[in-house]
Amino acid sequence: MKKRLMQFVTGTTILGMAMVAGAAGISTDVVKIGVLTDMSGVYSAIGGKGSVTAAKMAIADFGGKVLGKPIKLISADHQNKADIASTKAREWADTDHVDMITGLLNSGCALAVQKIGTEKKVISIATGAGSTTLTNEHCSPYGVHYVYDTYALPKVAGGAIVDTGGKSWFFLTADYAFGHSLEKNTAAFVKAHGGKVLGQVRHPLATSDFSSYLLQAQASGAKVIGLANAGGDFINAVKQAREFGIVQGGQTIAGMLVFLSDVKSLGLDVAQGMNFATSFYWDRDEASRKWSQRYFAKTGSMPTMNQAGVYSAVTTYLKAIKKAGTDNPDAVMKTMRGMKINDFFSINGHLRADGSMVHDMFLVEVKKPSESKAPWDLLKVIKQVPGDEAFMSLAEGSCSTVKK
Amino acid sequence: MNRKLWAALFLAGLAAPFLIYPVFVMQLLCFALFACAFNLLIGYTGLLSFGHAAFFGGAAYVTGYLVKNAGLTPELGVIVGTLAAGLMGYIFGILTIRRQGIYFAMITLALAQVIYFIALKAPFTGGEDGLQDVPRGMFLGLVDLGHTYHVAGKPLELNLYYFVFIIFCIGFWIIHRAIHSPFGQILKAIRENEPRAISLGYKVERLKLLAFVISASLAGTAGATKSLVFQLASLTDVSWHTSGEVVLMTLLGGLGTVLGPVVGAFTVVALQAELSAFGSWVTVVIGVTFVVCVLSFRRGFVGEVLEKIRTRPPGQND
Repeated sequence: MKKRLMQFVTGTTILGMAMVAGAAGISTDVVKIGVLTDMSGVYSAIGGKGSVTAAKMAIADFGGKVLGKPIKLISADHQNKADIASTKAREWADTDHVDMITGLLNSGCALAVQKIGTEKKVISIATGAGSTTLTNEHCSPYGVHYVYDTYALPKVAGGAIVDTGGKSWFFLTADYAFGHSLEKNTAAFVKAHGGKVLGQVRHPLATSDFSSYLLQAQASGAKVIGLANAGGDFINAVKQAREFGIVQGGQTIAGMLVFLSDVKSLGLDVAQGMNFATSFYWDRDEASRKWSQRYFAKTGSMPTMNQAGVYSAVTTYLKAIKKAGTDNPDAVMKTMRGMKINDFFSINGHLRADGSMVHDMFLVEVKKPSESKAPWDLLKVIKQVPGDEAFMSLAEGSCSTVKK
Repeated sequence: MNRKLWAALFLAGLAAPFLIYPVFVMQLLCFALFACAFNLLIGYTGLLSFGHAAFFGGAAYVTGYLVKNAGLTPELGVIVGTLAAGLMGYIFGILTIRRQGIYFAMITLALAQVIYFIALKAPFTGGEDGLQDVPRGMFLGLVDLGHTYHVAGKPLELNLYYFVFIIFCIGFWIIHRAIHSPFGQILKAIRENEPRAISLGYKVERLKLLAFVISASLAGTAGATKSLVFQLASLTDVSWHTSGEVVLMTLLGGLGTVLGPVVGAFTVVALQAELSAFGSWVTVVIGVTFVVCVLSFRRGFVGEVLEKIRTRPPGQND
């Protein structure tokens, strides 16, 4: 009986179907950009309201219009739940006719939204999620992975730290897939650059007492202690390493996934001397300083790489629409793939067929308190690593839409 | 009068996708079924399980995995997910059913955390990325659940919606039957006075275990359906937050009422969805709602309404 009802419904309405696929121009007479981010949870400091502000700035700087049509911004909190992200993205695609979704701070959410994007032809630009699966087994013709991934960060940190003298490593690893993959990737690069791994210890997720792990790390005599964890675990480990005098004893701490806001909340006193890889640091050059000061004036804090990434992603997307002369997702993606992406955030950037936005990465060191001249003067750039060296090559990847 | 109410609700359910965004309604239905299953345990048996997310999420993973990798059809996927949750419920049940109150809650929580860590670490779950890309498949090999109809320019996933709606109705009917059967009456007796039920010769532990298994299975049905709707199973589904949320839904709607958990689930899910634009206010608003509810109408939304109806004409208290 239900089936008959459905037949009735389709029968009567199939003629009214509106095929939304304009070959040129702006569909629905407005370009809608959705920022889906974490506003209330653990990642709200690295994305959250700051990402929305960055997107607003990008639209305002673009003049609020593209091809004579207004640009509209909507935003929502995905609460780091893949099902909420998925519902919101679907609703945006179906009822709000959103053209592009950015933000997406955790990998579960980003994967879910990218999947919906593929189905509904909505471009998704993940600026916060790290998982390399976004551009490998789950890659999509409408998915872009913009800021960093869990391959590039350890590669830059691991390789460059060995090159600058940190030959022997010991890992402190969060005991789940994310930690394991960070450790595995980093160890491979450490070895490839002629370093060696003396050992590793695994700690459960959300550990508060790192003393036994840190003592093992200290006793190993390794030059570098690699922290293959993130968020609260990372902060706890660094704080306690300080209490054990690890950095003062001559060992270096290397974080695998560190944001500017982590360093700020740890404080220079605790974090000094730590090395890590990042896509962006506000005080890197004139252009990044100029934009970051404007951002600071609006939000009261300096941008993390995710927040700066949102601005860059939105701008790149709008430029692509302008260049393509349409907001048709296929055309826009094609144009973006052909563009050179150079702005205050991205240096030598280009978008690859698998969705990875390849750009230069940086190895940074946290300054000593005596070196810091201002409250946000936190890092110094040690090394710039070209994007093609930092990111996984297409040949190594497993994206099914890429012809090899 | 009751019959009319059910008919009206059924019709509302049929019409809902044309009025409200269908995926959202499906989400509501999944959580409503989850809360109803939970209510069978807390509202009618008096057992507070703090680990129901294990059944909900566990079934979501099982169904998602089998539909994606073993090519199961969606209805078989949901059935297998339900059975898996029932089996889990049986194992949890025999371990916990002799305990009461806080001990029962803590053991169920501990066991659910075990499931959480399995979901986090087992290779087939995708860890913190979740199990993605679950296909919706063909119902009975005939109806494509992934099909989208365009009605007046609005894309509607009607096949999937009615699939979910039927599952919800079956689940709800099973719970309704269980509550109003002699079995349900004995459960209430156990809730009110366990020693007396024992003295009357009932094998209380066995009945409680049965209630636990039914509750776990239906929570599993909800989770399995949800994994098809969202095409994913994630760690959120098995985390203790979800266990807590279902308690909240049931309490808000009305403990031990048939429709209460449905109303509660709708309220909580709708608040989460509607407030998502306001960011960090979600948790605050839900928290305040809960506090207000506990302070001013402790029977929950539906519980209070029923109480009003019951107390108005004097002499009709049963």
